[in-house]
Amino acid sequence: MKSARSNKPQGRSADTEARIAALLESGEGAGESILGSGPIVLMTRVRLARNLSRFPFTGWAKEAQRSDILAECIDAVRALPQMKKGTTFTMEELSDHEKQLLVERHLISRELSASKAGSGVVISRDCTCSIMVNEEDHLRMQVIKPGFQLKRVWKTMNTLDSALEEHLDYAFSPELGYLTACPTNLGTGLRASAMMHLPALVITGQMDKIVRAVNQLGLVVRGLHGEGTDASGSIFQISNQTTLGETEEAIIERLHSVLTTVFRQEMNAREKLLAAEPTKLFDKIGRAYGLLQNAYLLTSAEALNLLSLVRLGIDLGGFPEDRRVVINRLFILSQPAHIQHSAENEADPAQRDVLRASLLRPALADFPRPTFPPSAAPAAE
Amino acid sequence: MANPIKCSLCGKPATVHLTQIINNKVHKVDLCEECAQAKGVTDPSGFSLADLLIKGALNSETTSEGGAELVCPKCGFTQQDFKKVGRFGCPMCYEAFRPLLNPMLPSMHKGSIHTGKVPQRALDRRTIYDRLTKLEMELDIAIKSERYEDAARFRDEIRQIKQTPGA
Repeated sequence: MKSARSNKPQGRSADTEARIAALLESGEGAGESILGSGPIVLMTRVRLARNLSRFPFTGWAKEAQRSDILAECIDAVRALPQMKKGTTFTMEELSDHEKQLLVERHLISRELSASKAGSGVVISRDCTCSIMVNEEDHLRMQVIKPGFQLKRVWKTMNTLDSALEEHLDYAFSPELGYLTACPTNLGTGLRASAMMHLPALVITGQMDKIVRAVNQLGLVVRGLHGEGTDASGSIFQISNQTTLGETEEAIIERLHSVLTTVFRQEMNAREKLLAAEPTKLFDKIGRAYGLLQNAYLLTSAEALNLLSLVRLGIDLGGFPEDRRVVINRLFILSQPAHIQHSAENEADPAQRDVLRASLLRPALADFPRPTFPPSAAPAAE
Repeated sequence: MANPIKCSLCGKPATVHLTQIINNKVHKVDLCEECAQAKGVTDPSGFSLADLLIKGALNSETTSEGGAELVCPKCGFTQQDFKKVGRFGCPMCYEAFRPLLNPMLPSMHKGSIHTGKVPQRALDRRTIYDRLTKLEMELDIAIKSERYEDAARFRDEIRQIKQTPGA
């Protein structure tokens, strides 16, 4: 990871750094509100893929065409009332480090961060909406909201898409729907997903079963950033796989009902764990708390796992509810690029582990010791 | 192993085996170490089995058929290009590659006909645009062949369309 300091790209405007800083500092963007205030469903996301009818898809477009697409889309997007006071970045003006920060905030995709010239993004002021231009498709638009708000998120996305359609001619076929670069996104171009925190299903070894069942319903389960199903921090993303042959509402409805079922399964697993092996569970949470308060080296995967357990502790009433925002923020801030961002100099992964631990120690220092309700506490053994 | 499973993409012995169920149908893809790495199976931020299925389907398609290669008349994208990247070149490619696409859709999606949202405003604009282009052409021909009555009619119609809001 190169730091912003050593890797300033050309074509950078004078205020790029200030705009990135403002974005990161805006309360809405800082994770307090990106990750939900309740248990289990951390956030809900909907994205749509759209393309302009007159141009080749991004991957096949010439450089001049890519900049025409970028200009046309950015102009149309910035004119939307929803995107007023939003921030626009071209990928060329951002350093690798800054792109990574936006990836960790879920504001741009990895693919966009790796794209060639002529790509960009417009991010709404509250960071809930980001519209990427010249990713795999000309337009990849997403709306993210904290917690379980699938239907509301879709409504916001749909309104935004309809508003944009007033100004842009989308590639569309009555038979095949919205035409996308990859036929796997054809039709609605819709990918809806929820990020779920499922520690009890992981501890009780039921995730395999869940993954299989969810797959059978045409949905996919992935790890936090897509790392297979072995999700670090027991955080999984569940999304639809198919986009053609169903209405958007049907896709949303199906995902909604599956998410509700998984939510219930996780709640059941928690109840069973509490009934059968409360000591084992409280031990895990207590150890996580101890490590976060005292460790001097923490990798991002370990930090994520420990924070996930403390979050479970809050869900179970072992820590005060008002500490949830602290944990939510730390989830975001302990990621590699965010650690680098707070560092004086460029840090290698080993140095980042030191910095991460020194971020987490004081953050957890004034956390009260976990106390679980007597009803849940184990009988003397 | 007497008869090792071969990689769906390159034919080398496969070591990574993926299974996914779409529409109650089991889809399997076998990959060698290199292809698994190259396709991002190990770091799959955007990894999708459907993506690999496209290529698997294309490989068997082209070897069994061996017919003339399809090319998009609009952007020049070829069947080989599609096989290589698993993406199309432009919206028109969907027409050009229809024979290739049709057999793939059932394994990829719930259905093969779009039933969702329609960009109505954009389609209306398109219809108006097409109608105007046609009328202007007809007006031109009418003037050239001195059919002035027809020309006046076309001109009036063009004026009327241009006055409609949204045109």
